[in-house]
Amino acid sequence: MSAKIKITPEVVAEHGLSIAEYDLICQRLEREPNINELGIFSVMWSEHCSYKSSRRHLGKLLTKGERVIQGPGENAGVIDIDDGDVIIFKMESHNHPSYIEPYQGAATGVGGIMRDVFTMGARPIANLNALRFGDPSHPKTKTLVAGVVHGIGGYGNCVGVPTVGGETNFDKGYNGNILVNAMCVGLAREDKVFYSAAKGVGNPIFYVGSKTGRDGIHGATMASAEFDDDSDAKRPTVQVGDPFTEKLLIEACLELMATDAIIAIQDMGAAGLTSSAIEMADKGGVGIHMNLDKVPQREPDMTPYEMMLSESQERMLMVLQPGKEQIAIDIFNKWDLDVAEVGKTTDTGRLVLTHKKKKVCDIPIAPLADDAPNLDRPYSKPVKRDVLENDPIFDPVKRGSDYNSVLKTLLSCPDIASKRWIWEQYDRTVMGDTMDSSQSGGDAAIVRIHGTNKAIAITTDCTPRYCTADPFEGGKQAVVETWRNLTCTGATPIAITDCLNFGNPEREDIMGQFVYAIEGMNEACRALDYPVVSGNVSLYNETNGKAIPPTPAIGGVGLIKDILKHATITGAKEGNTLILIGDTAGWMGSSLYAQFILGHNQPNSPIYAPPPVDLDAEKLNGDYVRRLIHDRRVNAVHDLSDGGLALTALEMAFSNGLGIALNAAKDIPTYAWLFGEDQGRYLLCVDQYSVNPVVSTAHTLGIAAQIVGKVGGERVSAVGGFDLSLNDAHMVYENWLPDYMAS
Amino acid sequence: MKSAVIVFPASNCSRDAQVALEKITGRSVDMVWHEETTLPKVDFVVVPGGFSYGDYLRSGAIAARSPIVQDLVRKANNGLPVAGFCNGFQVLTESGLLPGALMRNKGLRFVCRPQKLNIVNKDTMFTAAYTHQDTITVPIAHFDGNYYADSTTLSKLKKNNQIVFTYEGNPNGSANDIAGITNEAGNVLGMMPHPERAIDPVHGGTDGLKLFRSVLESLR
Repeated sequence: MSAKIKITPEVVAEHGLSIAEYDLICQRLEREPNINELGIFSVMWSEHCSYKSSRRHLGKLLTKGERVIQGPGENAGVIDIDDGDVIIFKMESHNHPSYIEPYQGAATGVGGIMRDVFTMGARPIANLNALRFGDPSHPKTKTLVAGVVHGIGGYGNCVGVPTVGGETNFDKGYNGNILVNAMCVGLAREDKVFYSAAKGVGNPIFYVGSKTGRDGIHGATMASAEFDDDSDAKRPTVQVGDPFTEKLLIEACLELMATDAIIAIQDMGAAGLTSSAIEMADKGGVGIHMNLDKVPQREPDMTPYEMMLSESQERMLMVLQPGKEQIAIDIFNKWDLDVAEVGKTTDTGRLVLTHKKKKVCDIPIAPLADDAPNLDRPYSKPVKRDVLENDPIFDPVKRGSDYNSVLKTLLSCPDIASKRWIWEQYDRTVMGDTMDSSQSGGDAAIVRIHGTNKAIAITTDCTPRYCTADPFEGGKQAVVETWRNLTCTGATPIAITDCLNFGNPEREDIMGQFVYAIEGMNEACRALDYPVVSGNVSLYNETNGKAIPPTPAIGGVGLIKDILKHATITGAKEGNTLILIGDTAGWMGSSLYAQFILGHNQPNSPIYAPPPVDLDAEKLNGDYVRRLIHDRRVNAVHDLSDGGLALTALEMAFSNGLGIALNAAKDIPTYAWLFGEDQGRYLLCVDQYSVNPVVSTAHTLGIAAQIVGKVGGERVSAVGGFDLSLNDAHMVYENWLPDYMAS
Repeated sequence: MKSAVIVFPASNCSRDAQVALEKITGRSVDMVWHEETTLPKVDFVVVPGGFSYGDYLRSGAIAARSPIVQDLVRKANNGLPVAGFCNGFQVLTESGLLPGALMRNKGLRFVCRPQKLNIVNKDTMFTAAYTHQDTITVPIAHFDGNYYADSTTLSKLKKNNQIVFTYEGNPNGSANDIAGITNEAGNVLGMMPHPERAIDPVHGGTDGLKLFRSVLESLR
């Protein structure tokens, strides 16, 4: 494309801009834009870059806290973990590319989120991923699982950062639009955190990393549109990753960051050179003049339009201290990476681009970033769901089945069954600090801070079926469950990152899901003093008008001050007692039992209210469990979530290789006791001598605590319920995914 | 004992090897950049795991042709003790210091898990300290760990007691379950598992420590 292309209404529409938005551009420029300028406005004002539908709602979230050093607005959030150490983290979606080209889509998702983290001066120390695939019976699902997992491993393993945790769901709601949300956690020194605000006038702007090619042009615009049956034709907009270059880039950037040469640094992610240049200039209140002839190019004859909109991977832009250019050049040469001075900061407040001695773009920066559309989209209140009352007909025996069969069905249902096939493809132990990972089946990964006796706990969580039934309660629950997961390790939860995946915000019901999920999240964040420090919004997750289940994926980070005072799901000993913390009323609505046994996952079946979260009880129970871990009263911990007490106990049994015998239900039906999904609960495994202190102190504090069974033997059983050999149950749990992938 | 770790671009496990060596020797470890042409004067060299040069072409193939490896080959042939873990093993086979080759895993998937190994030969400078142990558990994490050698080489390896570790439950299709071998002289070890990731209780096990201790003790 050349600057001579005539801007017709068709060209404007192809850029995803409305007529009103185009008029606004003309007004701000006081003339018609040329094609380069139009392209730049279109990506900057895309949903992906401008957050135009979500901004006003995100602003409501709690973003400040005692340990928050940097909240949303930078490349990633920064939190204080004492001793001058900080953790920098963020989660981001790469949904559309991963559906079109699963390997590269997922791989570049991992690469992109790592760049967000090391851009700020942190060495990445852990990766996680939250994946949602379609129904296993859908013809594309298996290929997508294989490709995405291979891509995540292919990139993360090569870069040498352990992939320590995550979650995977399968639901027909994702058939045409899978979710690949990648989270990266990095470690830096507080006095060595780098920000993106360009400062000063006449300072050199450096481009480093890979050359710019024609890949990924308009990726951000693609991520801001719905899919249809022709989406496969969009494959050329998917970027191609090179983890080896990323590894070199990490080392080179960290080496340069150890000097005092950098004023500002920003990775080139969505919308590439355009968005990085504009964000740096806008934050620093300066202008930028770039000579595009200096941009390292992979292919000959690239146009300014292509260079500015390319999403080639593994590239960074930085503003250097004048006089320190050679330091950067030497370091990047050492690592065999491209390095070029492409421009200077100016005092004009404008983005000026020249190419072959001609000015090809001259636009004011403020409207591009700050004045981007901020829409107040209409939304409707989500439908209030009925509470599902317990009914004798829910009993397996009354349904012509039995508890053993029911248990096997749940153990092999896609949301519960072991994800070993996935996480065995991720290097979880490189860097030598992984203390707990997906391998244990526990609630959160634990990664030691290198060379210290402290650690961080990290988790991702979201229960989409709860969010579908009630976005407010579901949003709240997602935040709370990550808090609970971290608590299970003994960590003090600090902050979260959010990856908000929803459908088309132009529809009132979808916008309602979004708004209410945020309200629910915010209520939980405030009650638990658990702020949001970074995140990403992914809208338009629809195919042919069918939206995904609302999926606000949450990534949480907590601090373990002393690694000797932590707990995991393992550590149970023969003869230990199982204590249940928290109230059990036997909530069945939107439970896995309702889905897979009562058939509520069938099309057109009624949707019932999900279990509500009592935030006061949540905090009280969690704080108590954490205290017990610190007092070393607990050998193993697992929170109760999908599948209730029975599945929690079985996961604990599998992880420890020991049987479990659960007591009979009291006051509520057996199915509700075993499979109810009441919130705010933990299963503790304690030595005999700790039973009385643990239970009686709980009662003094007004916390429900009861003995619910024993650990030991080679069977998993519940009085009045199931009775299976540990090995048989374990095989059912382990075999589903490998059998499915091999089928 | 003075030791060194060779660092190629994307030698992701160089720090892990350094930590293990420092822990055992109580001395600082020389980290040697791939563009160097001469190794420092050390008693033991580790070629670490990772994805040297992105594993492009073939795992370990480009690293085997780097300047530093030419010196390594020369010195190893003169008896310098060398151990290569994971990608390091691949570099050692590619450089000809060890026989055979490492192909893509039989399952065509990367595999990371704690792996039980049989110690087949305890009479080596890398295994002498495992006096009371016949098996160890250390992590594996590789895509190209499927050891291949022709039948003549395999019988020679067996006859010369060059097979040091075998897998209990073969994770990658390796011939004769081979997880680690030495050269004929016994001063060069290559193994796919990562002993340097099993040296601290937080790793979930410390079975890797004695490998480094064996080297230390053999050099006293």
